[in-house]
Amino acid sequence: MSLSSNVTPSPPSSKSGFDVFWRLAEDIPKPLQTTLMVASIGLPFFLWWLVTTFGTVDPKFLPSPGDVANAFGRLWSTGELLKDIVASLWRVGVGFLLAALFSIPVGVLMGSFPSIRALLEPLFGLMRYMPAPAFIPLLILYLGIGEEPKIMLIFIGVFFFNSLMVMDTVKFVPKDLIEATYTLGGNRLQTLLQVIFPYVLPGILDACRINLAAAWQLVIVSELIAATEGLGRRISVAGRFLKTDEIFVGLIVIGVIGLAFDLFFQYLLRMSCQWANQKR
Amino acid sequence: MFLLIDRLSKNFETKDGTLVVLKDITMEIEQGEFICAVGASGSGKSTLLRQIAGLDMPTTGEVRIDGQRVNGPGPDRGMVFQHYTLYPWMTVQENTEFGLKLQGIPKNARREKASYYLNVVGLAKFARSLPKELSGGMKQRVAIARALTSEPKVLLMDEPFGALDIHTKESMHEFMLDLWQRTNLTVFMITHDVEEAVFLSNRIYALGARPGTVRKEITIKLPERMHHVKRHPIFHDYRDELMELLRSHGQEALAAAA
Repeated sequence: MSLSSNVTPSPPSSKSGFDVFWRLAEDIPKPLQTTLMVASIGLPFFLWWLVTTFGTVDPKFLPSPGDVANAFGRLWSTGELLKDIVASLWRVGVGFLLAALFSIPVGVLMGSFPSIRALLEPLFGLMRYMPAPAFIPLLILYLGIGEEPKIMLIFIGVFFFNSLMVMDTVKFVPKDLIEATYTLGGNRLQTLLQVIFPYVLPGILDACRINLAAAWQLVIVSELIAATEGLGRRISVAGRFLKTDEIFVGLIVIGVIGLAFDLFFQYLLRMSCQWANQKR
Repeated sequence: MFLLIDRLSKNFETKDGTLVVLKDITMEIEQGEFICAVGASGSGKSTLLRQIAGLDMPTTGEVRIDGQRVNGPGPDRGMVFQHYTLYPWMTVQENTEFGLKLQGIPKNARREKASYYLNVVGLAKFARSLPKELSGGMKQRVAIARALTSEPKVLLMDEPFGALDIHTKESMHEFMLDLWQRTNLTVFMITHDVEEAVFLSNRIYALGARPGTVRKEITIKLPERMHHVKRHPIFHDYRDELMELLRSHGQEALAAAA
């Protein structure tokens, strides 16, 4: 039997669309990727339009895209929407910054020093499993119904998660890198500030990105319960008056702002830590 | 004696009791020597290097460098690790300068010295590159330059070429020899690669395993240190002798473990 007779070309099926689509952990062609990404947003939008235009759905239940656009224009022109956006952004900004300000150093210390980890990890591990919204009654009791309980809610919801996630990134700093620093004459403080911290910075930014999403959800939750303005408040009021189109405006604006946060952090990560950029 | 390892023993406490990793190790190394400690896995060679570096303290015995007892890590014993330990966010230049920066040397002085040593390892034109842009062999050359910038009394190397492919490894061997001859450096390297040890060192300590002990000390005298010396009968004699030493120890260790 000759060897060459056994050599067959690669199976023709590998060229089929089916195979390209179901490639496992492999790049797909750029045009296909773009098409799928556009479809991801476009298809649900198209279905929405289709149902509300040709279906017989009560607009009180499902307003058409046009209705929602009109509601957006109405709320925007009166300045109400902008006021709501600013109110929500302010709360999330203050609450998240405070949480980051405390959780990043605490997380770095927990990751670097087993003693501090032993001291704090059990408590944080427990607190993490208490859903932040469950604290709302207590927060109202302690702090009233002003801005403080809302900011505190975000703080509670972000601080413990962020500390633990930062700790995890610090724990995975290669031991060799730390020891190499000692052999170059570095002391512990220098190692912490000049080696460990820069090494974990991308991980910290990524943890913040993920937890900002949680903060953004919590601000809406807090406003659903007690607020005079804010995007959550807008939705809750619209619900009371059955203004479904305004609920949709609120939801879409919340989603778009959240996505913008995410993209901003991804950009920050790319710009500040070029060394950590990996081809994904 | 320049570098003295004096009756050093190291025990580790495990849940099954005390594990003797190194037992009564004595080594005497003169300035300008290139020493390899060769051992199979379980010979405690990495542990030994850590004691010299001061990253770990011996249970009994001591390490003295230039008369001074080693109490902790320091830039007088530059270390090159097996795994790449360059700081990924720093350029090659910044990596090379970093030891001097930690030691508080002013910017101009450290830049000058780092440039000099980058030149010595032949990587001056990569000064502005990031480590991820370099090949494995180049990364190790930067790590060597980084250690040399502090002008250490001894350069400690922990299987520095273990992760490199065979061709890169061979060119790194020639690079090391050249560097050693040009700089009058004292090198203490550990490896399990017998040919590497014979080719590079002027003296070899063969380590036995479990516990790690000095089994034999061999002075290497090769007619020349060129690539083709690896085909020379003397080279083969050294290699075979060492292989035999390590092999018999592997069997002893197996018997001891059974």
